Amino acid sequence: MSQMKELTKGIFKENPVFIIMLGMCPTLGVSTQVSNALGMGASVIFVLTCSNIFISLCRKIIPDAIRIPCYIVIIASFVTIVEMVLHAFVPAVYDALGVYLPLIVVNCIILGRAEAFASKNGVVASALDGIGMGIGFTLSLTLIALIREVLGAGTITLFPVGGFSGTITLPGISESPVRVMTLAAGALLLMGYLKAFFQWKGEKKA
Amino acid sequence: MSYIGILLTYVFIQNFILVQFMGLCPFIGVSKNTESAVGMGAAVTFVTAIASVVCWAVYEFLLAPFGLEYLRTIAFILVIAALVQLVEMVIRKMSPGLYKALGIYLPLITTNCAVLGIAIINIDNGYNLLESFTAGLAAGLGFTMAIILMSCIREKLDMTPVRRVFRGVPIAFISAGLMALAFMMFDKSLIANLGLV
Repeated sequence: MSQMKELTKGIFKENPVFIIMLGMCPTLGVSTQVSNALGMGASVIFVLTCSNIFISLCRKIIPDAIRIPCYIVIIASFVTIVEMVLHAFVPAVYDALGVYLPLIVVNCIILGRAEAFASKNGVVASALDGIGMGIGFTLSLTLIALIREVLGAGTITLFPVGGFSGTITLPGISESPVRVMTLAAGALLLMGYLKAFFQWKGEKKA
Repeated sequence: MSYIGILLTYVFIQNFILVQFMGLCPFIGVSKNTESAVGMGAAVTFVTAIASVVCWAVYEFLLAPFGLEYLRTIAFILVIAALVQLVEMVIRKMSPGLYKALGIYLPLITTNCAVLGIAIINIDNGYNLLESFTAGLAAGLGFTMAIILMSCIREKLDMTPVRRVFRGVPIAFISAGLMALAFMMFDKSLIANLGLV
């Protein structure tokens, strides 16, 4: 029961993007296409889970005074692994994510979870926390990307599988899209409205 | 590209906050009043300028000659963390006044995407030493400009009636979005028209 809670709290109650407001930079930077959002989400789930497990394993060895640099080095190592894997197997996603991929190192979600959770809890709980937070991040990122891409370009870009080209074009909106949604301004405006929506929902519940 | 071209690019056209979304966390977190916004901006500008130079040197002289380019993420973040510590110690020794003003913001800069971001962008664009320094300085200045503008807007917003669900962070994001709309008028054609390519 309590383990289930560790997993699901990251998805709704403590959603990293909408509730705790961590990791904003990649969230807005890569959410122009659904495929980029999924690529970024998968990378973050991997890095977050691995670093949570590793930090939880080492939490008794790492001296308190230098824990932050230690965490950063551990996280940077996993990010480098992700970078090399993506570069080798899905170069299109690697190019699309660009500078935001190495920036996962300084993504506040990962360091935040390391400091707030993995350094105090056991391996299993930390792994579940990492997976849950990662899924929560991916879902929020995909939601933002979906809204931005549908409104801004009238398409939904997924990964090409077999005969399917990977892009769904929506009739109607793709002829006269709201271009600003794919630009920086649209991302910030959308984030403001989504945050207001979650604040409103939180108030209604309370 | 000329140095003025690089300066204009990173202050306006590729403004780190409003166009590239780097350093959004401190942008939203520390922009509640102008005084702390100025402090944060100054600290970030200082670190981006120095980090650009040091990371460039580390990449050119330590990583590239030995074919260790893939280690750049780890190397850069370590350099930045060490640099922020060093800057903190130097400022504390040399200028206690400045240290008191920047104090709490300095450690926060290690995890500011803008610093690691500019270091990587410099390498990706193949800038030389002086160009990297210019780009780092410009990125910091662009950050400072955006965060000071934002803090002025938020100080005004405190005195305006805002719907309850929009109070705080949501209205800050919407204001930032409107600022980003204004920044859309700066694009690459500006550099071309000024003949700075």
